[in-house]
Amino acid sequence: MSTPAASLEGASLSFGRRVLWQDLDLQINPGEFFAVLGPNGSGKTSLMRVLLGLQPLTSGIARVNGRPVARGSRDIGYIPQQKSFANHTPLRARDLVGLGLDGHRWGVRLGRRGFRRRVDELLEQVGASSYADAPVGRLSGGEQQRLRAAQALASDPKVLLCDEPLLSLDLHHQQAISSLINRQCHVNGSAVVFVTHEINPIIEYVDRVLYLAGGQFRVGTPEEVMTTEVLSSMYDSHVEVIHNEGRIVVVGLPDATHHYGDEQDEEA
Amino acid sequence: MDFNELWSAVFNFQDYAQLLPLVRNSLIAGAVLGLVGGMVGVFVMMRDLAFAVHGVAELSFAGAAFALLIGANVVFGSLAGSIIAAVIIGLLGTRARDRNSIIGVVMPFGLGLGILFLSLYQGRSANKFGLLTGQIVSVDTVQLNLLTGCSVFVIVALLAIWRPLTFASADPEVAEARGVPVAKLGIAFMFLLGLAVALSIQVVGALLVLALVITPAAAALRVAASPRLVVLLSVVFAMASVVGGILLALGGRIPISPYVTTISFLIYVVCRVIGGRRDRRGADRRTGHRLPATVAATGPAAVSAAPVQARTLPRVPKG
Repeated sequence: MSTPAASLEGASLSFGRRVLWQDLDLQINPGEFFAVLGPNGSGKTSLMRVLLGLQPLTSGIARVNGRPVARGSRDIGYIPQQKSFANHTPLRARDLVGLGLDGHRWGVRLGRRGFRRRVDELLEQVGASSYADAPVGRLSGGEQQRLRAAQALASDPKVLLCDEPLLSLDLHHQQAISSLINRQCHVNGSAVVFVTHEINPIIEYVDRVLYLAGGQFRVGTPEEVMTTEVLSSMYDSHVEVIHNEGRIVVVGLPDATHHYGDEQDEEA
Repeated sequence: MDFNELWSAVFNFQDYAQLLPLVRNSLIAGAVLGLVGGMVGVFVMMRDLAFAVHGVAELSFAGAAFALLIGANVVFGSLAGSIIAAVIIGLLGTRARDRNSIIGVVMPFGLGLGILFLSLYQGRSANKFGLLTGQIVSVDTVQLNLLTGCSVFVIVALLAIWRPLTFASADPEVAEARGVPVAKLGIAFMFLLGLAVALSIQVVGALLVLALVITPAAAALRVAASPRLVVLLSVVFAMASVVGGILLALGGRIPISPYVTTISFLIYVVCRVIGGRRDRRGADRRTGHRLPATVAATGPAAVSAAPVQARTLPRVPKG
């Protein structure tokens, strides 16, 4: 049996008396597309930080590729939320992607020919060749996110961690980025952990879902977890889940998470 | 003072050939300092540390003033003050807002200490003024060697951490995720910055360090985006400012710093104008092959608008 790409054993995380989740056992396998859903403040981003080794667990153990997490790892590719670069950042699109290849190495870069070829391939792969030499500060959010994807895929990571990578992108770029991530997952065999508040843009790719809410969690396929019964019991109030033409609409989330409900309605 | 007197005070090239050999060492040191300032400056801009440079310079001034007072080596005093300040700022101010308030607190304290030490100092008053505005205080061969040695150390150390420092400066979250020691690199860079500031102070003085560490890099960023080209231009600009400043100052009887700061400022203005023109033309180095044929086919009027449209049109993904 192969080692899970990422795993949590008896993991709990609390801040003071606020318990985000408790006794969470998880195994995420190579080639699995794993979505983490839940309202704001439910600990989605904290879970990501745990896997990145930036947030210690209250109890339990987290592993990436069989090893306990450390502060960052070469086995991890990371696509953060879209955040614009300053206008005069001295990097072109190709330089940003290049950092994903060898940005962790010491010294200055030697042997540039093979490096350049690899960067060109990655840019081609994400459809960014036409702005390869443009300064990153001049690119739109969607274009920058494509580069983020290329950067994260550069090392062919064991685990690809995506923290709301589609936020603030238009529909067209959402589809482009999520299909790239899917290819890395199901073709190249990376495990994908995809934190999002909106499952629909990735619904056709998701293998399993972790839903976090109210200090509880549920793990399973989208069909098992995203149901009226499960979500109503997690939120402790009636929540209606409607499956329609392959999309999932959640209606009637409690006030505490009103923001989340708004966004769901808007995008549905 | 009439205009001619003023002119000969600022520019005077009599006996130039005899004077030149006397400053050979200064020119070498100046070139090396330009190299350091230009390289460090690029990271200062990327990490948004301009204010920190100013803060470090004031504490470096306090250190130098203290050394002057007790009769110690001024360069050592300057280095000590500078490194202490830089490391404190690096340790306490990881977030920009914290950092700026810490600098704001530390800087006037350092300047105050410096003024205290200088007012207690009984020696030549030219020495006092030199620390702030850069009349090199009795630089002998020993001190020049010290300056050059420290500069070489900064350059070698910077080259050793170049790639991860670039990653950590431009993209700290992803760098951290990939296992780059972002926090440690930040402290290491502050240490090198402290050294670079202390060295630059010997040439342009505490008040004008920014002209050597910020202005050349800021100018380079206006006209280039390729990391190698930015560093190259920044170094060339900084070297031109220092070496040019020393050469112009040779005959006149005012300190070299006004020359250095003026050259570096003029370079910045020129770069800003060039960069601004380029921005307005919309030349952002994209290849236009994705432009739909209809735009190009609607006549000459559409051609001039094409760069603007290219940016707003939706992109069709390949494959």
